[in-house]
Amino acid sequence: MSRFCKTLIVMAVAAGTAGSALAFDRYQGIGRPATAAEVQAWDIDVRPDFAGLPKGSGDAIRGMDIWEAQCASCHGYFAESNEVFTPLVGGTTKEDIKTGRVAALVNDSFPQRTTMMKVPTVSTLWDYINRAMPWTAPKSLSADEVYSLVAFLLNLAEVIPEDFELNQDSIREVQERMPNRNGMTTDHGMWPGASASKGGIGNGGKPDVKATACMRDCKKEVVLASALPEHAQDAHGNLAEQNRPVGGVRGVQTGAPAAEGAQAGGDPLLALATEKGCMACHGVANKIVGPGYNEIAAKYKGQADAAASLFEKVKNGGQGTWGAIPMPPQGHVKDDEIKQLVQWIMSGAKAQ
Amino acid sequence: MALNDARLGRVKPAPENFLTDEDIQSVKDGRRDFLRKAFLTAGAAMAAPAVANAQPAGDPAILELPPWSKMLGKPVAANPYGQPSMYEKNLVRRESPGLTRVSGSSVSFCPLQGLFGIITPSGLHFERHHQGWVDIDPNKHRLMINGLVKTNAVFTMDDLMRMPSVSRIHFIECGANTGMEWGNVAVPTVQYSHGMISCSEFTGVPLKAILDMCGADYKKGRFVLAEGADGSSMTRTISMEMIESGEVLVAYGMNGEMLRPENGYPLRLVVPGVQGVSWVKWLRRIEVGDKPWATKDEAVHYIDLMPDGLHRQYSSIQECKSVITTPSGGQTLLDKGFYNVSGLAWSGRGKVTRVDVSTDGGINWRTARLETPVLSKALTRFNIDWVWDGKPAILQSRAMDDTGYVQPSYGQLRAVRGTKSIYHNNAIQSWKVVESGEVSNVQVL
Repeated sequence: MSRFCKTLIVMAVAAGTAGSALAFDRYQGIGRPATAAEVQAWDIDVRPDFAGLPKGSGDAIRGMDIWEAQCASCHGYFAESNEVFTPLVGGTTKEDIKTGRVAALVNDSFPQRTTMMKVPTVSTLWDYINRAMPWTAPKSLSADEVYSLVAFLLNLAEVIPEDFELNQDSIREVQERMPNRNGMTTDHGMWPGASASKGGIGNGGKPDVKATACMRDCKKEVVLASALPEHAQDAHGNLAEQNRPVGGVRGVQTGAPAAEGAQAGGDPLLALATEKGCMACHGVANKIVGPGYNEIAAKYKGQADAAASLFEKVKNGGQGTWGAIPMPPQGHVKDDEIKQLVQWIMSGAKAQ
Repeated sequence: MALNDARLGRVKPAPENFLTDEDIQSVKDGRRDFLRKAFLTAGAAMAAPAVANAQPAGDPAILELPPWSKMLGKPVAANPYGQPSMYEKNLVRRESPGLTRVSGSSVSFCPLQGLFGIITPSGLHFERHHQGWVDIDPNKHRLMINGLVKTNAVFTMDDLMRMPSVSRIHFIECGANTGMEWGNVAVPTVQYSHGMISCSEFTGVPLKAILDMCGADYKKGRFVLAEGADGSSMTRTISMEMIESGEVLVAYGMNGEMLRPENGYPLRLVVPGVQGVSWVKWLRRIEVGDKPWATKDEAVHYIDLMPDGLHRQYSSIQECKSVITTPSGGQTLLDKGFYNVSGLAWSGRGKVTRVDVSTDGGINWRTARLETPVLSKALTRFNIDWVWDGKPAILQSRAMDDTGYVQPSYGQLRAVRGTKSIYHNNAIQSWKVVESGEVSNVQVL
C-alpha cells in the first residue's frame, strides 16, 4: 500500500473515532488507530468469564461428524489416542463432576493425565479449538462447529448428554460441571506481579522451597537416588558425535546414532522434507497425521501417472485417498522441490 | 614440563579420533591407564622411523608444516553469511528421541556442553514450537493493541523500528526445562537435561511505551494477553507490574541481527525471568484486561501438579538454578590433572550473587568465580579450578540470587513439590565422575 493510501485511511479512521484522544504525540507519525473490523478480526480470545465468546450453538451429535472428519486422525475416535498427542479424554468420573476435583490426579488410577483431567475452565477448550485447530488448518472452523466439538468432548467425558445444546448461555451451566474446576491453585510465589490480596495472583513472590548454603561437612554421606537407566544409555545416539573433538573432554562413544533426519549430515531430501514441514505429518515408515511414505510408495507403485498425481496432491492439496483429514496445499514448496520429494518418496524414502 | 615428556601428550597428533574403539573398551573395562599407554604408543610411533629409543625431535604438528600454512586461503565473502568451522558440526540443536511424537510440536535442545560465556549463538538457540514455525514477511506483519486502552491501535514493523530502542541481555528458559528429570534420571547429557535455555541480547521497544501511546487503563488493566500470529496463535497472560517496570520488550533484534524465524521473526515478546512460553513469538496482538485468561498454556499445560492433586496455575518465574556444563554427562575427562570446571547460573528474580561447587556430592563446597558481566535475569558464567586426582567424584553447583534464595537439592525440592510437577525443576544437578574419566548423570538427594 502506498504511503498516500495509508494516510487516507488513517485520516478516515481518525475521523471515525473523533473524540477519542490520541496519545501519540510523543512519537508523531508512528502507529494508527485500529478499525473496528480489524479488532474484530483478531480479537478472538475467550476468557473464563466468557468475555469474548461468540454467539452460536452446537451439540455432540453434530460434533461427532466434524470430529471424525477433522480431528480423529490425530486424537482418535474417542479423543483417547496417545499416538500423536497426549489423550484429551479419560480419567474423569461422575464423582469428579460433583466435587470439581479429579481424584485420579491424586490416586494415580489413570495412566495418563488427559486434558479433561486437568482443564478447569470450559472457556479454555472453546478458545483453543477455535484459534488453533485443526492442527494443519487452524482458524477454519465456524463458531457453531467449535460449539459442537466442545460438546462432543464434554459428552465423551460424560459432562453433558449427547443432545445437550451448547451455546453462549448454556456453557455457563457446563462450567459448573467441569471435573477439575476446583483443581487449580494460585497460592504460590511464582507469579511475577502483585499478590492476590493486591489484585494480582499468588502470594507476592514468596518461594516455597527454602535451602541454605552450607559449606563444610554438610552431610555424612552421599546418597545416590538415581542414575541413568541401562535402557536409556544409548537412546540419544552417539554422544561422541555430540561433543567437540577438542578441549578438556570428549564425548563418550555410545550406541547407534539416533534416527534424526533433521540433524547434521544425512539424506539431503530428508533434510528438505524436514525443512518444508512434511515430516510434521508424515513419517518415513509410519503414519502420523497423514500416511507414511512407505504406504504412499506401496499404494502408487507401478502407476504410470504416480509422479504427476502426487505432485498435484502436494502442490494443491487433496482429501479422501487416506481418509477424511485433508492434505493442505503446500504453496511454500517450489515445483522442482516437490518433484524431487515425490521421486524420493516413490523410490523408498529412508530415515537416514 | 620437558619437551620430551611423551606422557603429557603435548606431542599427540590432532585428537579427532582420540578415543579408539579399543580405548573405549578399556574405559568400559574400568582401566584408567589407557590414555597414558596411548601417549606412550604415540611417542613410540613417532620415534619409530628414527633410531630406536631415540627421543622424538618434536611434535609433527609443528615439525611438518600443515597444508594451511603452505597455501592460499579462501577469499572474503566466500560465505556471505558465515558458518561455524566444519570441525564444530557436533554442536547442533537436537531433539530428545521419544519426548514428542510430532516435530511440529516439539523441542530442540541447545548444546550447552560445548558453549562458552553467556551468549547463545542464534543458530543454536533452543526451539519449542506448538504448531510448527513460520517465516513471516515483515512488511505484512502487524502489532495490534486493544482492550482497556483509550485507542485500539495498529503498528507496522516500520513504526516499531522507528521508536527508541533498548538492547538487553536476558536468558529464556522453557518452564519444562529439566522436566524429564523430576522423578529420576532420564537423559544422558546436559544438552537434554538443561538445554531448553538460551541467552541473547534482545533489541526492541519497551511495551510500556506502546501501551502509554494507546492510553492503557493501568488502574483496571492489571493483566495483558500476548498473542502470536502463527497457526497456534499462542496466548499467555502477562502481569502489568512487569510491563510497568519497563523490562517487558516488544523485540525484533537478537544478538545484533533480526530474530531468527524459529525465535519469532519479526517480533516477539521478551519477559525477563519468566518461562519461555510467555515470550510469545510472531507477536501480533496485545490486549489489556482486568482478569487473567486461563489460556490453553495456562490451564492444560504449564501448570504444576502438586502432591495434593492441585495444579499451580500461572506459575511463571524461573527460580534460581545452575548447572555445570563441562565436565558434564556423556563426556570423558582426558586424563588426571587440572580442569576448569565451568557452568551457567541464572535467576528469574534478579542477579546471581554466588555459585558454590562441590566435587564430593555436596559434603563440602567451594565458591566459584563469577565471570563478568553478571546481569539481572541473564545467564552468568562461573568457573572454578579443579585438579582431578583420578578418583571417583560427584560434581555439583549451587547458585544463589540477590533475593537470598538458594538453589535446592532434589530432596528439598521434592519434599515440597513431589515428583509429578513436570515444570520448574531447579534442583541441583549432579555429575558422577568414575576412575575411567567418564562422566554420567546421577541424582543426589
